[in-house]
Amino acid sequence: MSQPKLQVEHLNLSYGPFHALNDITMAIAPRQVTAMIGPSGCGKSSLLRCFNRMNELIEQARMTGRILLDGEDITQTATPLVTLRKRIGMVFQRPNPFPLSIFENLAFGVRIHELAAGRAIPQIVEHSLQAVGLWDPLKDRLRRSALRLSLEQQQRLCIARLLAVQPEVLLMDEPCSALDPIATAKVEELIHQLKREYTIVIVTHNMQQAARVSDATGFLLLGELIEFDATERIFTAPRDPRTEAYITGRFG
Amino acid sequence: MARPAWQRALGVQRVAFVLLFLSTLLIVIPAVAIIGTITVRGMGAVSWEFLTTMPTKGMRAGGIFPAIVGTLELVSLTVVFALPIGIATAIYLTEYATDNWLTRLVRLAIVNLSGVPSVVYGLFGLGLFVMFLGFGTSLLAGALTLAIMILPVIITASEEALRSVPKSFREISLSLGASHWQTVRHAVLPFAIPGIMTGTILGIGRAAGETAPILFTVAAFYLPRLPDSIFDQAMALPYHLYVISTQIPNIPASQRYGTAFVLLVLVLSLNLAAVILRARFRRRRQW
Repeated sequence: MSQPKLQVEHLNLSYGPFHALNDITMAIAPRQVTAMIGPSGCGKSSLLRCFNRMNELIEQARMTGRILLDGEDITQTATPLVTLRKRIGMVFQRPNPFPLSIFENLAFGVRIHELAAGRAIPQIVEHSLQAVGLWDPLKDRLRRSALRLSLEQQQRLCIARLLAVQPEVLLMDEPCSALDPIATAKVEELIHQLKREYTIVIVTHNMQQAARVSDATGFLLLGELIEFDATERIFTAPRDPRTEAYITGRFG
Repeated sequence: MARPAWQRALGVQRVAFVLLFLSTLLIVIPAVAIIGTITVRGMGAVSWEFLTTMPTKGMRAGGIFPAIVGTLELVSLTVVFALPIGIATAIYLTEYATDNWLTRLVRLAIVNLSGVPSVVYGLFGLGLFVMFLGFGTSLLAGALTLAIMILPVIITASEEALRSVPKSFREISLSLGASHWQTVRHAVLPFAIPGIMTGTILGIGRAAGETAPILFTVAAFYLPRLPDSIFDQAMALPYHLYVISTQIPNIPASQRYGTAFVLLVLVLSLNLAAVILRARFRRRRQW
């Protein structure tokens, strides 16, 4: 295997007395979709938020261990969070566009990072919308409020907003949980396309979704990584009885 | 035979309803009486001439132009001082401050400031700005005094406006790699501005109507010209009204009611503007 995009080594995370993640070690391959599954409260989202260090917004959150991005430790105090979060972006559970126009939503990150100015901004906007398949339906109404889009389009827009800052890794925290099955299928199709260029880590409690979209799957239970392997293997021949129990629907 | 319990309950309920309704009605009466009397008796006195000329004959005739201009200049200057400091404080308190003794002290100070009687602000302004800092009786001293008085209003409204911006906006912004300040500046503040403006307008309304804080700090008894600079004294509507109501004998009632009417319209329209702004903001807000 080539060098992993993200290498997690002995990662522990606690919120005050609560131990949320316990000694996680795993490697996330570049340009693949890695899914994290497990019952609610198992630490999937917490793990995701270690990668872009969003857990630090919570007081009392304490992280130990290492996470290497392209071989470089990103858990140091000296790690510039601004650069880190530009490289590792996040899509949230609920579509959350700003109450601004479609254009302004996409221009937000571009302006923050001064990636472009003036006429170059519309170009990035167009590219990003094209990447998520929204350019054709929306190109004539970029000035309209993003809140008037359907939920599925809003979620695509949020992905486009992220792509506009040219990230390398996309973290997706149950990106389809607010969507109906048809919209979910479309977003999954999009995820499939995006992995050609981006490394994707997706958290889901929908096992079918993990099976459909991911190349590797990790099963978390009570903060421990029980099993981490190729998705096919996890779903056909899990080694741990707890993984088997979960994927066959006996708990969770 | 006694009436059954349910009938008595019904009777008591009716009495309670009537009492509650009458109490509510009672609050409307003074409002209608004040606005009604002043409108009826003051509107006739108001003419273009009344609004745009200097007072004459020892303020017994002529217009109230310098008092209107003085009040407008005073509140504008007040906003110039109070708004930046108020917004900055609110941003610090909501976006940066952690809950420690210092923050609690600041909050306590703000709550207490809003409870201080306005005449105390006047004396404070006299002591600090007029005398100690040597600004003299001037627009500057008056505006600074009024600014301190309306700061709690602006800070409280701004804090509320900032807090009502969803946490998710901050999360998205940070997750896109924005710094803390960029997040405040671009993902929080723009969405709080209508709320901040509402608070500011209410503050202006209060500043425009107060007499006590300007009594010793800026108000001129009679100054039939406009102030030359911010170090000059100025006339102001509330103080002018006080003067012509109590200090000058044989003044036609129309002068007083006319002045009161102008002041009332000014303050009420500011409050109305704040209400409309808030309503529009609430309707437009969809998050």
